[in-house]
Amino acid sequence: MTVTLATSFSTAAQPAPPGGPIPPAAPGEPAAFDIRGFSLWYGTRQALHDVNITVPARRVTAIIGPSGCGKSTFLRALNRLHELTPGTRITGSLHLFGEDLYGPGVDPVVVRRRVGMVFQKSNPFPTMSIGENVLVGLRLNGVRDRNFLQERLEESLRLAALWDEVKDVLHRPGTSLSGGQQQRLCIARALAVQPEVLLMDEPCSALDPLATAKIEELIQILRERYTVVIVTHNMQQAARCSDRTAFFYMGKLIEYADTRDIFTKPANPQTEAYVSGRFG
Amino acid sequence: MSKPISESTPPAQRPVRRWPDVSFRLVALLAALSVVALIVLVGWELYSGSRLAVAKFGPGFLVHSRWDPVSDEYGALPFIAGTLVSSLIALVIAVPLGVATALFLTEMAPVRLRQPVITVIELLAAVPSVIFGLWGIFVMIPFLRDHVFPVMQSVLGFLPFFRGPIYGVSMLAGGLIVAIMILPIITSVSREILRSVPNLQREAAYALGATHWEVIRIAVLSYARRGLFGAAVLGLGRALGETMAVTMVIGNRPDISLSLFAPGYTLASVIANEFAEATSDLYLNSLFELGLVLVVLTIAVNALAQLMLRTLAGPGTGKVN
Amino acid sequence: MEPRPPPSPQPTAAVAAWRRWKSRAMSLTMGLCTLAVMAPLFFVLYFLLREGASALDWNFFTQLPKPTGETGGGMANALVGTMVLLTMAGLIGVPVGVLGGIYLAEYGSDRVNRLIRFWADVLNGVPSIVWGMVVYALLVVPFKTFSAYAGGAALGLMMIPLVMRTTEEVLILVPQSYREAGLALGIARWKIVTVIVMKTALKGIVTGVLVAFARVAGETAPLLFTALGNNFWNRNLAEPIAAMPLQIFAYAISPYDDWHRQAWAGALALMVLILGLNLFVRLVSRDRAKS
Repeated sequence: MTVTLATSFSTAAQPAPPGGPIPPAAPGEPAAFDIRGFSLWYGTRQALHDVNITVPARRVTAIIGPSGCGKSTFLRALNRLHELTPGTRITGSLHLFGEDLYGPGVDPVVVRRRVGMVFQKSNPFPTMSIGENVLVGLRLNGVRDRNFLQERLEESLRLAALWDEVKDVLHRPGTSLSGGQQQRLCIARALAVQPEVLLMDEPCSALDPLATAKIEELIQILRERYTVVIVTHNMQQAARCSDRTAFFYMGKLIEYADTRDIFTKPANPQTEAYVSGRFG
Repeated sequence: MSKPISESTPPAQRPVRRWPDVSFRLVALLAALSVVALIVLVGWELYSGSRLAVAKFGPGFLVHSRWDPVSDEYGALPFIAGTLVSSLIALVIAVPLGVATALFLTEMAPVRLRQPVITVIELLAAVPSVIFGLWGIFVMIPFLRDHVFPVMQSVLGFLPFFRGPIYGVSMLAGGLIVAIMILPIITSVSREILRSVPNLQREAAYALGATHWEVIRIAVLSYARRGLFGAAVLGLGRALGETMAVTMVIGNRPDISLSLFAPGYTLASVIANEFAEATSDLYLNSLFELGLVLVVLTIAVNALAQLMLRTLAGPGTGKVN
Repeated sequence: MEPRPPPSPQPTAAVAAWRRWKSRAMSLTMGLCTLAVMAPLFFVLYFLLREGASALDWNFFTQLPKPTGETGGGMANALVGTMVLLTMAGLIGVPVGVLGGIYLAEYGSDRVNRLIRFWADVLNGVPSIVWGMVVYALLVVPFKTFSAYAGGAALGLMMIPLVMRTTEEVLILVPQSYREAGLALGIARWKIVTVIVMKTALKGIVTGVLVAFARVAGETAPLLFTALGNNFWNRNLAEPIAAMPLQIFAYAISPYDDWHRQAWAGALALMVLILGLNLFVRLVSRDRAKS
């Protein structure tokens, strides 16, 4: 593994973000997301309060916190999907590999091509076959080259550890798969458009333990070439598969550190209470 | 495993362009706004088509009862009266029947029976007006004339509404056929209303030891009263504009008579019958003015019904995204 | 200790029996009302079959109407005319209605939507005869002739609010997660709507369109002074054209027995077309409910 996404973007000029210098990321870890003073409102209700966080590239970052703490909102802000809800408003800055995702003239469609997402409930398109589901992103974005599509199909399904299970039934509807397979299909679909970052919103919450184990295994493989940000309410899952963990509470980032540290020696008493299962 | 993503073939995705999204949205907006344009169109055409008559007769048009193309004199009263009376007859028949049917379907009928009955009633709604008219002319009218009206006259003849010669074609026949035609809408809207009555209401009444009927009367009907009224108003909106079937059975005579056995005429019928052969400009303008009156009436009644049923259902479902 | 409340008066057995009896009587009454509401459909179908089936022969489907006084002939021109009118109506009503429904379901703000929905519902309540007058003023007067175009336009305009509302309703039922999944793949909004959302809801949209067709196929009033009717083949869409409902109406109010027979036959054919559409739609949507 020599060439990485992160290095290919690190040459881009890093504009100085407002609000002071960026605290350096951990040594040897190029930053994927660099987020400064980020707040978000739904109408008049503030959902995120002044979040500052640097998400390292090619690492798995877990977001934990009790429900309603803003962790899903935060995740959806990373690819501007929250804009679907009318009346949202943000302040602060959010850079991906040095580029301002909320800059003037930045098309959210472009942002979402770079930042893929897997949802809580698997959602393969019901009218499409397994193969069509994987390739829909490329096809609808104008890719016509059959060889390229075929290559991407296999590569994405292999990456999602689904190829061997579905290679003979690619024409079957995506919804004919089991729950865990459907979720991996959705991961393959997200990977097919070659995003730089993969967001996962509680990807295992609807799955049984076996299927969950498979997804977690997959995350470990993806981590070698992707930046992964995963929201989970399952603390064991965060402990098992993430490198860094952010704890959100009431829309605020309470603590952000190496996963080991969060779960063994949390600095903040609220974090400690949460990870030891005393609330949430 | 395959090579790292960043080294695979460069993505050949088309660059993002804004204009298709913007223009698609614009086209969709224009299509949605077409309903507003259509309302304006309807209003404008009826207004401009009736200007001559409005200028000549003024508001008196609405209260004059003489309709005489030969002497070019036009008054709308017989048609307004005919429309209102036939619609009221229809409501008197259809509302109790429709509400009773809705009650039967939501509160009493065995579950297996419900869907077939609902299907039959919905299919009734699909029968074209002209077919009801045909059936009315050749089946309903002779039957009413020979078997029903004489009996009604002998029993109820002490009332002025049931006196006079029996022709068959009549205000009452018109009202009856409209009743049949608005039954499906009244029934289905009533059913929606009754289904929205919370079960808690029913259970509370049962807990008091009420019988099935008492539960319906105390808990269901009183809770749903306003919505059922809305259903009736919606039915009225439909009744006012019914054209073909009424035209075929009401007799088409522009007289105002107390007797429901006498022929009548409605706004929609006179337009249907005379529009294509209106000879003078004033005649045509007067017919347009009748259309204007009809539209104003139906839109007002429909808007009222929408408001009644909507406030009941709470704010609109709204957009999901 | 509080004093024990006096025992509530117990209803006598007679009162209880009366209440039970009344309840049963009301149930029976409502059941009878339900029968009375359903009865007209069966009466109409019975007479359509009894009076119409015998006249529904080969000639009916292949021949033109015979001149007054001669017996025989058919409604071939009216059958074709109705199909032509429906096609033209669809060309207007389906695209505008579907696109409008897309706007309501996918784009519009709550306030704009409420307004448009309200006016669409009001339009649905405009009497069909009024559409005839409006299109008469719009297309017949300026071109100085009744025409197939005018008839098709009248039916098409009626279809717009019908199709718009049903399209909106089925699009709203498409789970939001599909739209989100599409957006997260970096697909443009309009492609998500036209390819993913529409495809998912296609059955429902087609159903709504068919119902709208069934509804306008039997309309007579809007055609009276637009399409006008025609006893011959229509060779030019800018000229009057025959239609089933118009022909049925003309024959029904005529004084000739043979024409009455034809009217029944036409009504039967029209009813088969409309009920067929409705039953087909029902079958299709039942499949959807099951899966």
